[in-house]
Amino acid sequence: MNPLQTLRVASRALLRNKMRSFLTTLGIIIGVSAVIAMVAIGEGAKAQVAAQFASMGSNLLVVLPGTTTLGGQRGGYGSMMTLTWDDLRAVRSELPTVKYAAAQLSSGAQLMSEDQNWSTRVFGTTPEYFLIRNWATALGSPMSDSDTEGGTKIVLLGQTVATQLFGANANPVGQLVRIRNIPFEVKGVLESKGQSSWGQDYDDVAFIPLKTFQTKIQGGLQQFISGQIYVGATSEADTAKAQQQITSLLRDRHRIGPGQEDDFSIRNLTELANAQEESLKTITTLLAGVAAVALLVGGIGIMNIMLVSVTERTREIGVRMAVGAKPRNILAQFLVEALTLAIAGGFLGIVFGLAGGQLLAARFHWPMLMRPDIIAISVVFSALVGIVFGLYPARKASLLDPIEALRFE
Amino acid sequence: MSARRPLLRLEDVTKVYHMGDVDVHALRGVSLEVHEGESIAIMGASGSGKSTLMNIIGCLDRPTTGRYLLADEEVSSLDRNELAEKRNRTLGFVFQNFNLLARTSATENVELPLLYAGLRTRERHELARAALTRVGLGDRLHHHPNQMSGGQQQRVAIARALVANPKVILADEPTGNLDSVTSVEVMAIFQQLCDSGITVVLVTHEPDIARYAARVVMMKDGKVQSDQRQPPQRAAVKPTELASGGA
Repeated sequence: MNPLQTLRVASRALLRNKMRSFLTTLGIIIGVSAVIAMVAIGEGAKAQVAAQFASMGSNLLVVLPGTTTLGGQRGGYGSMMTLTWDDLRAVRSELPTVKYAAAQLSSGAQLMSEDQNWSTRVFGTTPEYFLIRNWATALGSPMSDSDTEGGTKIVLLGQTVATQLFGANANPVGQLVRIRNIPFEVKGVLESKGQSSWGQDYDDVAFIPLKTFQTKIQGGLQQFISGQIYVGATSEADTAKAQQQITSLLRDRHRIGPGQEDDFSIRNLTELANAQEESLKTITTLLAGVAAVALLVGGIGIMNIMLVSVTERTREIGVRMAVGAKPRNILAQFLVEALTLAIAGGFLGIVFGLAGGQLLAARFHWPMLMRPDIIAISVVFSALVGIVFGLYPARKASLLDPIEALRFE
Repeated sequence: MSARRPLLRLEDVTKVYHMGDVDVHALRGVSLEVHEGESIAIMGASGSGKSTLMNIIGCLDRPTTGRYLLADEEVSSLDRNELAEKRNRTLGFVFQNFNLLARTSATENVELPLLYAGLRTRERHELARAALTRVGLGDRLHHHPNQMSGGQQQRVAIARALVANPKVILADEPTGNLDSVTSVEVMAIFQQLCDSGITVVLVTHEPDIARYAARVVMMKDGKVQSDQRQPPQRAAVKPTELASGGA
């Protein structure tokens, strides 16, 4: 008897009990679709987090000035200005792992176009900043070195600000915007960065040259940086090293002895991204684990039904043996029946899993990412479940004594 | 027909079953020779050992001691696979309760032995149709068992037994579940098969049925009590008439 004939005999036996076959398969369908949907959603979330952190800037470190402690009352970051412009220059020029460094000063301000106004945050910075944050202009041209050196009154608008002031799809390049009543020319509109996972709108910003910010907004040059230093490391792998080097350089420059606390702090966004991705991976694994248990339960369901089926069809097995079926023919038939149930369940599970994942994703606005290897693994795994849980009933059937089987009532 | 060499040859066959601590001697030394084309009825009360003898002749079971030669081949030492092959190629079974697969057409039921012989679909169909036509069911190829009368079901079972062109057909109380008229019809088919050279071994406890065989072996307490030849009574109905008559 060739495999094709065995398959035909097995599928005919399954089709004779359509409802039972379907219900048996249901366990596998639910298990596989759960695995598929859970992994797809988990992977989607992971990809979204990765994309968000990538949009914040690659290999990004943020150096924040220290905190004050006044009579036991501790201020937040930046409450004491400890970072100097010389610190910035040193970080930029002395450290091999640092590719870019730029100051970011900020202030809340009301922006006015001819007929609209909008309150947002205005940042003063240098062109390097946009390289660190991997942020290109969508319209107009980017900030140039001559803008920072000359202290020109130009502004780059984030998408949200541009839309609020000039309407959607308008081109505000060349138009005038008043910031604190000082007219600025719109030099460009930045590409959209979207929202952070905690809902902060990256595009609700405006950028002006650092020197302009210092003279027009802040009111005079200062020795200390009243903001943060953004640092771009040479590579993702170097961010941790850059963090160490910046720490020791600044400690050295600020003459902080061993055992004393830093008067600044450094945020490593790559590390943050990794941590978040790691926790998402844990959740995905957990969900997939629960789903795998469902699949296992489905396998036990198959075994259960196959055992019932063997008992119920004892006489059939006897007849088949009497007319010349060898033990291995019987073994093959029942194994193929279990396998067919499992694989059919696997394929249906993939269909339902993908559909269910899409549905959940659409309903809750979750991102979804389907990994083909997970589909392949699910099919292989459900086939394995079929073999493992089908083997015992099939073996039991093949070991029946034909005389006993024929006499079975 | 090589009438001189027996087709079935049992030499001092015994069979002992172990039921817990008790040994049950089902056969206590049976010797029997059956030639090709013979029709033989094995009779006896229940517990006489006739079913055990039938199982051994049918290669469903092996003797505890003694030899059993089927077509000059020693089968008492064959393993399960080899016995299955013998059943498939040389033997055909007919049971009291028909033992057809439910929800399966007559053709598919009859094809079953051919399936395990490894024949292709088309050959199986052709042979099954021929066998069913031979027992007068050429017009019921696709009927399921529950759509047929007892007599028709038993004829499907006979078609299944003869489809692989066996040397011996073993029938275990083939008329036990049939009324007397249908029983005669079924016996007519057996006689026709016997006329065409197939050896028919019947197991029955009904003397009325045993009359249709040319030889009657009486079993008692695991031994052959008597072995007599007789002129068989001819079953009145011809299978060709059955085809149109139905039942």
